[in-house]
Amino acid sequence: MFDGMQRRVVSLWFPRLASDRVLRLRPVDGPFALTLTQQNANRIYCLNTAALRQGLHPGMPYTDARAFCPDLQSHVAEPEQDQRFLSMLRRWATRYCPWVGLEGGNGLVLDITGSAHLFGGEGALLSNMRSRLLRAGLSVQIGCADTRGAAWALAHYGEGHAPTGETLAAIKSLPVAALRIEERVSVALQRLGLRHIGDLALAPRAPLSRRFGPTLLLRLDQALGKQPEAITPQAEAPHYAVRMTLPEPIGLLSDVMAGTERLLAQLCAKLMAQEMGARQLCLTLRRVDQDHQQVEQRLARPLRDPHRILSLFERGLTEIDAGFGIDMLRLEATQVEPVPAQQINHVLEGRKDELDDLISRLGSRIGLENIQRFLPADSHIPERSFLIAPAAYSTPSQAWATVNPRPIILFPPEPVFGSGPRPPKRFRWRRISLTTGHAIGPERIAPEWWLEDENWRSGLRDYWQVHTTQGRRLWLFYTPQNPGWFVQGEFA
Amino acid sequence: MQRSAPPSLVKSRTHEVCGAGAYMFALTLAARLDGPTLWVRESWDLRQINPTGFSDLVSPSQLTMCNTENQLDTLAVAEESLRSGAVSLVVMQLSKPIGLTEGRRLQLAARHGQSTGLAIISEDMGSHAAETRWRCAPVFDAEDSTLQMWELIKNKSGTLGVWHVRWNAASRRLFVVSPAGK
Repeated sequence: MFDGMQRRVVSLWFPRLASDRVLRLRPVDGPFALTLTQQNANRIYCLNTAALRQGLHPGMPYTDARAFCPDLQSHVAEPEQDQRFLSMLRRWATRYCPWVGLEGGNGLVLDITGSAHLFGGEGALLSNMRSRLLRAGLSVQIGCADTRGAAWALAHYGEGHAPTGETLAAIKSLPVAALRIEERVSVALQRLGLRHIGDLALAPRAPLSRRFGPTLLLRLDQALGKQPEAITPQAEAPHYAVRMTLPEPIGLLSDVMAGTERLLAQLCAKLMAQEMGARQLCLTLRRVDQDHQQVEQRLARPLRDPHRILSLFERGLTEIDAGFGIDMLRLEATQVEPVPAQQINHVLEGRKDELDDLISRLGSRIGLENIQRFLPADSHIPERSFLIAPAAYSTPSQAWATVNPRPIILFPPEPVFGSGPRPPKRFRWRRISLTTGHAIGPERIAPEWWLEDENWRSGLRDYWQVHTTQGRRLWLFYTPQNPGWFVQGEFA
Repeated sequence: MQRSAPPSLVKSRTHEVCGAGAYMFALTLAARLDGPTLWVRESWDLRQINPTGFSDLVSPSQLTMCNTENQLDTLAVAEESLRSGAVSLVVMQLSKPIGLTEGRRLQLAARHGQSTGLAIISEDMGSHAAETRWRCAPVFDAEDSTLQMWELIKNKSGTLGVWHVRWNAASRRLFVVSPAGK
């Protein structure tokens, strides 16, 4: 039954997408331009109609534009934001048909085959689309035809609606540039006198393909439907957010927790299906007075276990002011990480999970990066013989090896009075008079020349373990290149 | 002089230690409890415990460090981790004396979570709520580099005492020795 159905394609072109996006947020009267620094020059990127009417055009230097049009208002262009906006429009366009692809940086292409009747026919669908986009403040040109090429041509050159089977008639009067060909080719065709698509369609094919290569005829055939052309719909990026709207506002902590539990069950099922784990969650609570409150929860390890996550939310939720009640809950995993399924282990690892949950809870109070663990490092410099890494983003390492005894406490070097390469017999440190009873050393440590370090400017160090008769066992060093004695650590 | 081993610290309680050997005492306790340890300190403190120095005492992988902004956060972190029972020892470095309320809360949290707490304090800064208080100091000995004097200066449920101990790295055990020169 569907074999006989004619394919129908709609092409949308947003000629002023970037400026429309900015003006939607901040409307401006009069000429407006977006500027972008390209090849060391600040050039016009996109303009509104008022500016176009003044004779400005995209690509001209911004200073020239200001000279032509002194009251030009401008803003810096953000192409990434424009792309994000276009992908939002793509998502919006799936209300008309499921098959929507991107067309360059400022267009969409929709395969509306079999879905036009849902909106009361093609004409109604197109006018519905146009009115909604205009209401959103976007200027749009729409082309509708049997093929993607013809729809593109109509959208960019003439804005038309080609009835089924009359593609050539609809596009034959359009210029050859409407075939999505290179500028060079289109200029060459015009020099040959082939100005319109109709002329090209009647011209003999062999000389054209010999002169311009296969692309030109491929484009022509695609526009006329003799060659197939696919529309690639973009896969929806997995969206880890769930929400719940309540008929009656709630305010009790237990109710909010119960709501969160239901949302978590949904979210974790989604995460489980995608083999992902949440690293950061955000629970948004909307109150009846339209105010929003958010509870952020960062986790020490990617998780998708609803019970464990729920208990972590308890603390944040107690600080929420419910006001006159909460009528919507939205839970989003703002940061996710892949968590592949793991083999069930017979060794009990409950303790490890408990510690991770504790780190998550503490992290929400003092910051997850303030909870750290030691990792071994490959250096003889005492301060660099270990690394301090955030516990949530590292795994413990067992590979600790020490050759020479090291103090258990390190502090920045503190100078003591002494002379000569042997440890001083008596010295004062932190206002304590100390007498050397027994000294072990020296152990020479050279600075790492490949790393710049302020503290090691004084050159080589000869380290001594000094056991004082008062009991304290200190780690002293002597710098032979700049004579001086310092205390850097304390043994037990 | 006593030759018996120093009484092991009562679990599910918080204790206090002061003196120059306090860090050694805390690490020895971590080694004896042999479980995950949380070490809470204030971030301005320039004294840094050095994992390469104590790796033969207790594995640095058992240790998790918490840097807090002030003592209030330190106490909150310590209470929460004691209450959770996920770690067997919580060491907190305190810079100001704590009141009876804070000390009692720590005790209750430790009892709830069945874990041990240890506060490293300065001399004469102890709280009444602590179960025991120790004063630890290294003692000079020409042959041995681990000799320490541990003095039990407060004990809620027992007698006080003084012990001279040294750490044997090979057997990873604490030995009680008679005081030097006696």
